[in-house]
Amino acid sequence: MPNLKDLKNRIASVKSTRKITKAMQMVAAAKLRRAQDAAEMARPYAEKMEAVMSGLARAVGDSEGAPRLLAGTGKSDVHLLVVMTAERGLCGGFNSSIVKLARTRISELLRDGKTVKILTVGKKGREQLKRDHADKFVGHVDLSEVKRLGYADAAGIASDVLGRFDAGEFDVATIFFNRFQSVISQIPTATQVIPAQFDTAEDAGEDTGPLYDYEPSEEAVLEDLLPRGVATQIFTALLENAASEQGARMSAMDNATRNAGDMIERLTIEYNRSRQAVITNELIEIISGAEAL
Amino acid sequence: MAAKMQFDLVSPERRLASLEVEAVQIPGTDGDMTAMADHAPMITTLRPGVLRVDGAGSGAETAYFVTGGFADVAGPSVTVLAERALPVSEVTAEIMDGFIAEARAAHDKARAASDAPDTAADAAAKLLADMEAAKGHMLG
Repeated sequence: MPNLKDLKNRIASVKSTRKITKAMQMVAAAKLRRAQDAAEMARPYAEKMEAVMSGLARAVGDSEGAPRLLAGTGKSDVHLLVVMTAERGLCGGFNSSIVKLARTRISELLRDGKTVKILTVGKKGREQLKRDHADKFVGHVDLSEVKRLGYADAAGIASDVLGRFDAGEFDVATIFFNRFQSVISQIPTATQVIPAQFDTAEDAGEDTGPLYDYEPSEEAVLEDLLPRGVATQIFTALLENAASEQGARMSAMDNATRNAGDMIERLTIEYNRSRQAVITNELIEIISGAEAL
Repeated sequence: MAAKMQFDLVSPERRLASLEVEAVQIPGTDGDMTAMADHAPMITTLRPGVLRVDGAGSGAETAYFVTGGFADVAGPSVTVLAERALPVSEVTAEIMDGFIAEARAAHDKARAASDAPDTAADAAAKLLADMEAAKGHMLG
């Protein structure tokens, strides 16, 4: 049985851990609200962008001159996986679940004989993927200095990806991130951004919309729009990821706080029991000593 | 009084305006245009310039500086998706100089990349010129 002093120390240390996790939970809650607001604000733009692009894509369709960002390179030999994770840990399974999804995809692609390239955003994903797939890394984007995610950050990543695409480094690009569902549920998601894909099944039922005039021309508008579309998708993913990270951290820290509470309760009972045992022992010694006289 | 239509100005980070207006002056790539209610549906790309809103009612901000993006004009509504946008009243010489410096950097980069098609350098040069014109136009 551990002695009283040890137990007391453990209780004190678990208590201070609980204080820290509690504080982290509250910080995450505040940040979550901000991240959710940011995601909310970005939604109108992303939705409109998607609507206009899918309309345009239908108009230009599979015609000869369709831009490569839409039609693809005609191959799917080289895949670029953009894996977005957090810069920090202590957020439950947040990072691992993205990495797990990416790993599954990587092994699938490799089995099919494709070449895989990896671009990571966020330190944690890089650390986890480096273990098995260090040879496939083509780049890393560090967002640890970024206090508040802006469109400029997404645009930077997008121009990096687009530059590689123009240079013919890959055929298909997919982004991996956590879609924010609720505080307790974030869904790891993979979205293909190049070549662009649209939910045609969903749109097909709706009216095809009015016939638009395009200025300067359909191709020129599309040419301008597609890179923006990629940036927007990346921006949306970053924001979803940020909200998910805070949500995951909040619930992880909530669990940790509760666990610490349980542990303190258990340790306190044990402490009281052993203290009682010590007292009983002393009493027995005194009484038996008195009886012996 | 002219018929009203819905006008939305959104940037990737937030919705800047959503109001009922009579007409919107759009700085299109091929030239300025004004859209009123029941305009024929069209989509145009934007050049850096000033977007003006008429008949929004008093108190509402009526001019915005946009750095690019595109506008979706569809009968009863006009939606402008700007890359970056801010009310003209908030634009200062420093902000414009920042944009111009960015455009210039992009231009230099496009020109330096010798294997890049001329169109990229041309586009960057046009962007730079438009930025400078917009600055002159707004700040005198």
